[in-house]
Amino acid sequence: MKIIVAIKRVVDYNIKVRIKADGSNVDIDGVKMGINPFDENAIEEALRLKEKGVATEVVAISLGTSANQDVLRHALAMGVDRAVLLETDAELQPLAVAKLLKALVSREQPDLILLGKQAIDDDAGQTGQMLAALLNYPQATFVSKLELSANELISIREVDGGTETIALTLPAVVTADLRLNNPRFVKLPNLMMARKKPIETIQASELNVDLNPRLQLIRVSEPAARKAGIKVGSIEELLTKLRAHEGVLA
Amino acid sequence: MRILILAEHDGQQLNPSVLQAVTAAKTWNLPIHILVAGNDANKVAESAASIEGVERVIQANAAHFAHPLAEDIANLITSISADYAVILAAHASFSRNILPRVAATLDVAMISDVLEIHANNTYVRAIYAGNILTTVQSTDSVQVLSIHGSKFSAASFTTTSAEIVNVAVPAAFSQTRWISEVRSESDRPALGSAKIVVSGGRSLGSAERFEQVLSPLATKLGAALGATRAAVDAGFAPNDIQVGQTGVVVAPELYIAVGVSGAVQHTYGMKDSRIVVAINEDPDAPIFQVADYGLVADLFEAVPALTAAI
Repeated sequence: MKIIVAIKRVVDYNIKVRIKADGSNVDIDGVKMGINPFDENAIEEALRLKEKGVATEVVAISLGTSANQDVLRHALAMGVDRAVLLETDAELQPLAVAKLLKALVSREQPDLILLGKQAIDDDAGQTGQMLAALLNYPQATFVSKLELSANELISIREVDGGTETIALTLPAVVTADLRLNNPRFVKLPNLMMARKKPIETIQASELNVDLNPRLQLIRVSEPAARKAGIKVGSIEELLTKLRAHEGVLA
Repeated sequence: MRILILAEHDGQQLNPSVLQAVTAAKTWNLPIHILVAGNDANKVAESAASIEGVERVIQANAAHFAHPLAEDIANLITSISADYAVILAAHASFSRNILPRVAATLDVAMISDVLEIHANNTYVRAIYAGNILTTVQSTDSVQVLSIHGSKFSAASFTTTSAEIVNVAVPAAFSQTRWISEVRSESDRPALGSAKIVVSGGRSLGSAERFEQVLSPLATKLGAALGATRAAVDAGFAPNDIQVGQTGVVVAPELYIAVGVSGAVQHTYGMKDSRIVVAINEDPDAPIFQVADYGLVADLFEAVPALTAAI
């Protein structure tokens, strides 16, 4: 089984993102970037499938500028076999990403495409499902457990109010939930070695894909903050305050 | 043109979020249709037909819709999409699984978890875990979106009934097979629609204490139990009760946060609650910045005392 893992370079999850003074966009110049956490789960799962002898090759792919080499090197340090950069300066929205990945799938012919269930920057959570639609492949989203059994991919999905188990016939698209695994810690020597490994670069423009954004950004703003209330001194005072609000304590 | 709402249901009852989706759909002033795909979910279809403002219910009956797969529902929607300018649903794991698949098949963008709908297909939605709001305008001919339920009031039921029309169902998608589901068994109300939510963080210390401290309070209040991601990751609580950006978004009348630090990831999922109470030993915990009433106290003493006093 050959696996492609798609990884996105996003603002580090510990950073509180600010907006530009004119409200035209977020200000991420010079901000620490890293691999989207859910995509790290996707890489980890692909590596575990390889270690179990289920997968034979794991290819990491990232879309964007040459700056994305850092997340691809991280994937190489984790242990993926190859890294591919689909290079473009264009602002990519999920539909365009799905189209580029589809073009890459037709070149690489993987049996499984693994992605994070959502990116922590735009919080859209669409790319995996869109890719599955364009390929007309089966999909399993928000997956917390994955197992190959009799040529079917048994996938446990985290859904509202519980879990659902479905079986996919390969080739298929799977998106990872945080619960899928705990990604391995990358050791420094592996990171040093990953610096020397080649990264294959493909110009996105060569793939003849419509990358035009369908959503125009009008402005960004800060949400109205919820106002801090008061500190109460005792349980009795708390209950008195709550009972004063109609319908809160029935 | 018309608007199509994808209805979430369990075969017996309409999910209450459909009522919020109807309110959101009214923004366009176009006829509103509701799609009920199920295995003879007649009761659900009748319920949908009695929502005020709905012109028609499209009922799709098939045995394989007893446990609907994204592939099949997406194929069903695209088979009837030519009549619709807008396709929407309330944002939940059900719709998040299906609607992006619909959008890509129609070669249009999807706008996820919309907070506000403005004129000319302009939307406000949150990015970066709710830290930033973006206003975006869609240039596509068909609008595919999910709406943030708690931002829209629920439409009401009427005594009149809209027409219910049956529609042909495309052949089942053969490469995905439904096996089973596990529903969290609980006597408590559903987390997403509970009037009161009691939530615990990592300060509870263990799964046993999470249960011992919070359960009596939740039972006494008739509340749902919630948890932070830290508490879930530590194994104190099951994943499906996680409140936050990557879990369930709630907006109850009363939200009681116990031993919750107040990470942005978590507050995103509860900041629309009407009244927020925070109980935490650390007076500087960020949760107090979003709480109406804060009690600085040892939760292991304060929560049993609160339970006894109610």
